[in-house]
Amino acid sequence: MEANVRRDSGILGSVPTLILRLFALAVIDAFGIWLLYNMWSDGFYPLAIMLALVTLGLNVVFLYPRFYPIRWMAPGLALMALMALYPVLFTVYTAFTNYSTGHRLQKQQVIETTVEGPRNYYTPEDGINYTWEAFRSTEGGETTYSLWITDPEGNSFFALPDEPLIPAGEADISARDEEGVPTTIGSFRRIPSGQKLQLLDVISAREFGEPPATIQVTSFREAKATIQRFVYDAELDALIDRQTDTIYYASEEEGFFLDEDGETIFPGYQIVVGLENFRRFFSGPAISGPLLRVFVWTFVFSASTVALTFALGLFVALVFDHPDMAGRKLIRSLLIIPYTLPSVISVLIWRGLLNERLGVVNRTLEDLIGWAPAWLSDPTWAKIAILLINLWLGYPYMMLICSGALQAIPTDIYEAARVDGANAWQRFYNVTLPLLLVSVGPILISSFTFNFNNFNVIYLYNRGRPPIVGAETPAGHTDILVTYTFRLAFEGGQGSDFGLAAAITVVIFAILLVLTLINFRFTRVWEEIGENV
Amino acid sequence: MSDLTVSRSPSMKRQARTSMLLRYLLAVLAIAFALFPVIWVFSASLDPVGGLSSQRLIPTNASLENYRMLLSGDERFPFLRWLWNSFYLATLNSVLAVLITSLSAYAFSRFRFRGRRNLLMTVFLVQVFPNILMMVALFLLLTQIGNYIPQLGIGSHGGLILVYLGGVMGINVWLMKGFFDSVPRDIDESAMVDGATHWQIFWMLIFPLVRPIVIVVGILTFIGTYGDYLLARVLLTDPEQYTLMVGLWFFIAEQYSDNWGAFAAGGLMAALPVVIIYLLLQDQIVGGLTQGAVKG
Repeated sequence: MEANVRRDSGILGSVPTLILRLFALAVIDAFGIWLLYNMWSDGFYPLAIMLALVTLGLNVVFLYPRFYPIRWMAPGLALMALMALYPVLFTVYTAFTNYSTGHRLQKQQVIETTVEGPRNYYTPEDGINYTWEAFRSTEGGETTYSLWITDPEGNSFFALPDEPLIPAGEADISARDEEGVPTTIGSFRRIPSGQKLQLLDVISAREFGEPPATIQVTSFREAKATIQRFVYDAELDALIDRQTDTIYYASEEEGFFLDEDGETIFPGYQIVVGLENFRRFFSGPAISGPLLRVFVWTFVFSASTVALTFALGLFVALVFDHPDMAGRKLIRSLLIIPYTLPSVISVLIWRGLLNERLGVVNRTLEDLIGWAPAWLSDPTWAKIAILLINLWLGYPYMMLICSGALQAIPTDIYEAARVDGANAWQRFYNVTLPLLLVSVGPILISSFTFNFNNFNVIYLYNRGRPPIVGAETPAGHTDILVTYTFRLAFEGGQGSDFGLAAAITVVIFAILLVLTLINFRFTRVWEEIGENV
Repeated sequence: MSDLTVSRSPSMKRQARTSMLLRYLLAVLAIAFALFPVIWVFSASLDPVGGLSSQRLIPTNASLENYRMLLSGDERFPFLRWLWNSFYLATLNSVLAVLITSLSAYAFSRFRFRGRRNLLMTVFLVQVFPNILMMVALFLLLTQIGNYIPQLGIGSHGGLILVYLGGVMGINVWLMKGFFDSVPRDIDESAMVDGATHWQIFWMLIFPLVRPIVIVVGILTFIGTYGDYLLARVLLTDPEQYTLMVGLWFFIAEQYSDNWGAFAAGGLMAALPVVIIYLLLQDQIVGGLTQGAVKG
């Protein structure tokens, strides 16, 4: 025994495993450092920090024997830290920024794309005027253009796209005309002057030479050297537009570079805006309108779903869990089929069944009573349809849970109640229900939290529609918080507002956390851990 | 209970018979409610015209045309490709999930170390937040990773698996740890006296003993991954890589009412494996569910 204890906690372990372990660590470290280096230089700081922590953690755990138990969990914990914890933390951080369409990039990236961006060049008035001749090559099936340019002093250059200018002496000229202008250079052939005018648009839309020092054709006769339009002045913390002589100062309040008139350079950059998103969430008149409705409906939807599925599931369990009933197993198998179908498929099925004009439900109702509800376009009926679908999806689960819990209730309690003269309803209400609620309580709460975020049913049935008329941010009558947040982030009409979406997410996090902690009090989870520590 | 039944009077017997009749009547109603959409969709899948409006319960000219169209490898709807994607993603994810979580659960169950309780709580709490809420962060995360490792980036199955695996710890570790705890520690100790290492004990002794919970966790993970819509929808970009759920959604999103019959056939074929798994293993799965897992 002693020997084994030493093997577990010994520093070295056996030599082959030690070598294997160190080798694996070295590979992981090399890979991690390579990733870190790249991420850091590309400005992905939050991810780089998380990755550094995970790599460091792995090293500590696998090098120090006292962390031996953690080694077993290392794969799981590392994945969890990167793919679950990091997104949570990042979402919380995003909630305090203005991250959105138009504010996606970091400030440094905005400066780089503005200064070096492909379109931000111009040809200054006082620049050198070249005369030009155009050349074309169709080598490799692709048409490429190039220029032969001559400056006022008579120096000529050959200009290819994205390559430095080639002085006349170094170009591969195979034939010249009587004026000394080449007719072929490498695979390029000169475009006859009769075609020059036709191709003027094509050629003047291109840039020749290697950025930033490029040449652009400005007229039939002239070509000019272009220069960078914007320069960044670190002292002023401003971008200067050399074409219009405008100074755009960085505004840390707006996340934009602004000139005196409030004109901005697009795109803006990310800044920390503090509680701004939460202020908009709770008090903005434009946004809180639909949001309040969405909020209320989310609670109504989850609470009604839990209540309805539980009631029907319990009823079915009570009716069919009778020892004298033949074929119970078959009945149960048939009844859980709605639960076994992937919810994507069953919700889409229901969408077809409840289709207003063509679906079977409405065609039947029209034939029978001449009227049918607008399951998709009327706010109230759409909500009823969603509750119906969710009842169908969810009651088999509650039935399974309840029949399990009912069997766990000792039968002698019923006998005692019966002897005391309690009738069936009293026995159910005073004995069964309280005992049942104790055991299924936690499941009701987790069912509530699940439905609180039940994206599939809402989104796949009707995408949250019908729309709320007049809402400033797009919202629908059946939208719950998660689908509304999803719209804000991915389907916003005026662009994505990740900051606000993240703020709402943080509020949802808080609600989930409270519900989970309540659930913990219900269950014996804490005690269970306590016993074993 | 039984002695009471014996002494029942004829009137009580009649009452019992009526109540039993009522139960069967309710059973028929409940089954009708549960199966009506399924039967209706089955009938739609046999309707060769395939329109939503023309459908009758018993289709005229019933045929397997819709199934044939899907299985013959139509280019617009690569059904078999999607089915394969779903299957291999779900299988890979559930195998890896079982490995990762059983290792962790073993450590939580068998080792005593400082911070164990807090770690267990953390594992659970982190996974309270569903992936839907972190979609933007996950999208960005995979975009950034994809800059360096395209096989794990946006639009790759590797990236999707990585995200799935990030979410397997929580409830699964709890379920497994509970089961591991029920295996007596005497087994480990006697093996240890014989000179077995922890790894040998885990792999050769404990793992076979906890097979029931391993199956439950594996199956539930498989079903969850197979049925996932949102993550696959947001993180996959190329129709060739779609899983069945995403494919079916796009399939009917365009020209919903015209593709109804084909969707019905596809949906039924997609659901069939899962339904069979559930029905065969319902007792084990129910056991796992009642311990607190919620269908995801």
